[in-house]
Amino acid sequence: MTKTVTLAHGNGGEENSELISKIFYKHFANEILQKSEDSAIIEQGRLAMSTDSFTVSPLFFSGGDIGKLAICGTCNDLAMMGAKPKYLTCSVIIEEGFETRELEKIVRSMKKELAINGAIVVSGDTKVVPKGAVDKLFINTTGIGEVAYQGISSHHLQEGMRILVSRDVGSHGATIFSAREGIALESDLQTDCASLYPEVKALIDSGIEIIALRDATRGGVSAVLNEWANASSVCIEIEEERIPVQESVQGICEMLGFEAMDLANEGTFVLAVPKCDEVRALEVLKQTHQSAESIGRVSMVYEGKVVLKSSWGTKRFLDLPTGELLPRIC
Amino acid sequence: MKALELKNLYDDFRDGKTIQAYAKRIAADAKKLKRPINIMEVCGGHTHTIMKFGLPQLLPETINFIHGPGCPVCIMPKERIDHAYLLAMQPEVILVTLGDMIKVPGSRGSLQDARAKGADVRFVYSPMECIAIAQAHPDKKIIFFAIGFETTTPMSAVLIDQVIALNIPNILFHINHVTVPEVMVELIDSRDVHVDSYNNQIDAFLGPSHVSVISGSKIYEKFPKAYGRPVVVTGFEPVDAMEGISMIVKQFIEERCELEIQYKRVVSYEGNLKAQALIEKYFEKVSLFRWRGLGNVPDSGLKLREAFDAYNAEVIYRDILPIAQIEDHQLCICGDILRGIAKPPECTIFGTACRPNSPVGSCMVSSEGACSAYYKYGNLL
Repeated sequence: MTKTVTLAHGNGGEENSELISKIFYKHFANEILQKSEDSAIIEQGRLAMSTDSFTVSPLFFSGGDIGKLAICGTCNDLAMMGAKPKYLTCSVIIEEGFETRELEKIVRSMKKELAINGAIVVSGDTKVVPKGAVDKLFINTTGIGEVAYQGISSHHLQEGMRILVSRDVGSHGATIFSAREGIALESDLQTDCASLYPEVKALIDSGIEIIALRDATRGGVSAVLNEWANASSVCIEIEEERIPVQESVQGICEMLGFEAMDLANEGTFVLAVPKCDEVRALEVLKQTHQSAESIGRVSMVYEGKVVLKSSWGTKRFLDLPTGELLPRIC
Repeated sequence: MKALELKNLYDDFRDGKTIQAYAKRIAADAKKLKRPINIMEVCGGHTHTIMKFGLPQLLPETINFIHGPGCPVCIMPKERIDHAYLLAMQPEVILVTLGDMIKVPGSRGSLQDARAKGADVRFVYSPMECIAIAQAHPDKKIIFFAIGFETTTPMSAVLIDQVIALNIPNILFHINHVTVPEVMVELIDSRDVHVDSYNNQIDAFLGPSHVSVISGSKIYEKFPKAYGRPVVVTGFEPVDAMEGISMIVKQFIEERCELEIQYKRVVSYEGNLKAQALIEKYFEKVSLFRWRGLGNVPDSGLKLREAFDAYNAEVIYRDILPIAQIEDHQLCICGDILRGIAKPPECTIFGTACRPNSPVGSCMVSSEGACSAYYKYGNLL
């Protein structure tokens, strides 16, 4: 562990896990926390609870804003445990000088997203700090949801199961990067930021057996697959050419030397189902996003590893992203 | 006219069938080789391509890769990274550099660590962004910490050209540009004086295409002629790399030793003369530049010409910048890897003490380094 916290510790990858396990888990350790799922399952499996803080620059971006993110993020964490989002809290830390009109715009966008989830904000807090103490606006939301489908876990993957993604990957990361770096490359690039409960509900209603479910936020799909491979001690084999990536996202990746699988998403999830449910699950997912795809399967070839297979017959490991995502030089 | 889409630049060059067709052709040709051959891909970009696309898995055992020193971040000696760190820690300075540089540790820490301690460190994709930063912060000194081979040197030259033309008072330069042919010569000639057994193992070179887009293929002329090593200037997509390898194998079975261009769609013999003139205007060779892992390499570095001392951060901040050399960890074998006499997994600290997020040696510090590529993509064969 390094002496000081660096930005790499917040990347959702290896350093991030280290920080959490060596400081927070060490002192907070308990059975519920250590399951380390998207949200905690409490009250004998009836309720799910999750919290998330949001800081993003810029605050408004193509296809969303920090308010939409703050609702989607927490609600999606609940939905990923098969829970229907119900009650949320909302705390904001505001930098002195922030425009109230902008604040209202953000809150309006939160309200819209709450409606999609059928959830309400039941408690809140506001703090205003001197200029420079925060970057414009930080939002924390905590949510409680009612578990509608029990038993979803990253620990239950078994040989032969299939891995699906709910839509094309990496668009949020690519959008934020191009907005931040001012790369005027493509105009159609938009974040995938969306509430996922409606899609999860459709899966539950169709009677599909859901083994594992996780939204691929920081660290992207790579991080989710690596966590699953680790938690279930299995190998996940991915067919590279089946990974859906929008052209404009791939373009950004090519220019900056990123992999779309490492980029953050805010409305894309990874799903593991038994082989017999693969076709039906894909049908359900395609009703929301035509780009949904079945990308691989669970095997036992390299335990705890994710293997990427190319269309020309080579294989390589897909590792957990490390460090800050930085553009390559040449 | 329909605009050229970005995907046109890479799509066909990753076609699975074409890659497999080249693999077949190379396998058939390689049977006619009289002995195994070692190809050095000079550039880290090629190392990345070779590992990311798993090309060794498609090639016969008689074709071996030696991963060269062409990663500008990897070869930066610690004392120069300390320069960046110390400059960044000056309260009046905003240090600007290219992405990968941020996490490379010197003896005092990385620029990432400096930033965590309050330094203003920014990475840019194009050096020209320095101008906007300078204009937004007239009270600060913007120091562009320039790194890279022939590929990125023209961008630094254009920036200084603009700084002078627009009379921007607050942009300075710390130049760490290096050149490819000189280090190739060094690798061919290298011999450890203590054991006298460090003869290089390089039979042929895969030349980086982007360097030749600027400098032309002419810079490699002497390698087939004077050193008996064929060079094929090759693109970075997997189809390009496979074709380049195939061209090298053909030279060996036909007993030719030539300079060839695989990446004909952009590279010419002369290269970009305008860029070359601009580089010539602002930069001159330094007699010795120290490469991490390799030591001093004659004529391999560039510095600002004396006439531009007023823009040279190394001159202006002379008093605070240390000059003593800092050696690498004793167990690190990056020098051997760069010379082609060892592979990353042979290193005792590879993947244990030395990992991408805590690199010990030069080949692990950037995604383009050989060790980092081995670590990241694994070696499934």
